[in-house]
Amino acid sequence: MGRMATAESYVLAIGTKKGLWLATSRDRRDWSLSGPHFLMSEVPSIGIDTRDGRTRILVGVRSEHWGPTVFHSDDLGETWNEPENGAITFPDGTDAALERIWQIHPDADSRPGVVWAGCEPISVWKSTDGGEHFELNRGLWDHPHRSEWGAGYGGAAAHSIVVDPTGEKVHVAMSTGGVYRSLDGGTSWEPRNKGISAYFMPDPNPEFGQCVHKIAADAAVDGRLYAQNHHGVYRSDDDAESWESIAEGLPADFGFVMLTHPRRAGTAWVIPLKADGERIPPDGKLAVHRTDNAGASWKRLDAGLPEAEYNAVLRDAASVDGAEPAGVYFGTRGGSVYASVDEGEHFTEVASHLPDVLCVRAAVVSAALLPAQL
Amino acid sequence: MNSAMISGESMPADSAISVVLPSVLQPLAGGQSILTAPAEAAVTVEWLLDAVTGDYPALSRRLRDETGAVRRYVNIYVNGNEIRRLQGLVTAVAPGQEVLIIQSVAGG
Repeated sequence: MGRMATAESYVLAIGTKKGLWLATSRDRRDWSLSGPHFLMSEVPSIGIDTRDGRTRILVGVRSEHWGPTVFHSDDLGETWNEPENGAITFPDGTDAALERIWQIHPDADSRPGVVWAGCEPISVWKSTDGGEHFELNRGLWDHPHRSEWGAGYGGAAAHSIVVDPTGEKVHVAMSTGGVYRSLDGGTSWEPRNKGISAYFMPDPNPEFGQCVHKIAADAAVDGRLYAQNHHGVYRSDDDAESWESIAEGLPADFGFVMLTHPRRAGTAWVIPLKADGERIPPDGKLAVHRTDNAGASWKRLDAGLPEAEYNAVLRDAASVDGAEPAGVYFGTRGGSVYASVDEGEHFTEVASHLPDVLCVRAAVVSAALLPAQL
Repeated sequence: MNSAMISGESMPADSAISVVLPSVLQPLAGGQSILTAPAEAAVTVEWLLDAVTGDYPALSRRLRDETGAVRRYVNIYVNGNEIRRLQGLVTAVAPGQEVLIIQSVAGG
């Protein structure tokens, strides 16, 4: 297969209920799709690690029959490797078994080799060898609140991991349990949910127990986080010590997605759904909403999206790339995948009629990795 | 510990137990469709699985989770009976018998 070394190219990994598809492009408009990889296994988590001079795609795969595991590919999916003894396995004494890998999160550029994972049952894991072997975070696993954490519809999992540039501040979100924060790199954890509603509990303002669907950090403001809750959209400016609503201006405060800009302060995206009891885009009209002022106002973005769409977008079925301007990507439970080269102003369809999209991740990669004919 | 032997190697039929794999799992066993463990007397299914998957940890994980439990949609048949209707992992298997591993009907 010929190679051509030119400018930047892009890879979009699409994890679905029945396998993984990979899309590559030189302009983020015309995409070449390959797949399915791992046919008949769901792929709920993907991490694209472009550090250390290579592009490694890590995927959390789960077969209904054969269970969960982690594969990685260093050649854009031409070959896949599974560590012989499994990348994520619960150690003896925990009496637990891995159910599903919900999150694979390559750490900062300054910490090459470090990859985090969030899993079901609720657990956080850390790898220092590029995702080939993960260690269970004991501080969270042994947390005294564990017995009181619950399961959302999709299962009880740690699904969001946000690590600050120093590596000392780590925020995790779980459904249900809410946001937990560590200030010592993950050794100890405390709940940080003040201001986030848990309307479905007898006390709607508990210390923990919230069903936070996704959190993301502001790219440029230290201590600022955004959260899409099970009803409620929030911002914190103090490392999750307190949260305030930024839902005003959105058509609904329910949803799963929360994305932040790779570099610019105050920019975030959500994809609202009507309500807990009506998990469809409001009025059946799919739209992304972006704020450029940390939630003070929102702009509806639907150019290029279908007139009618009744499928939801799940928490990890959306991503941004690192390009300028940033690309925005998402996929629906109806198997449609959309890409925007201009931060959501216009979308084009990358794929349609795939199985339910569970996870989408995009990255800028070396053009030398792509086939020359693209 | 792994006393599993490749099917077809010289071993009296009444001193070995065979485990038949579904085709989808055979790549995880070096392409073999049958794994065989020597056994002079009856063994448990648990012992047998340990024996035949000892060299194939990825195969082992497909059948049982970290706690040792057989995965929900993995069926293991001894004499035509699924072990959940027998004694589970402590079901006895005699030398000369064949154990079948078959994925259950699941998924949508």
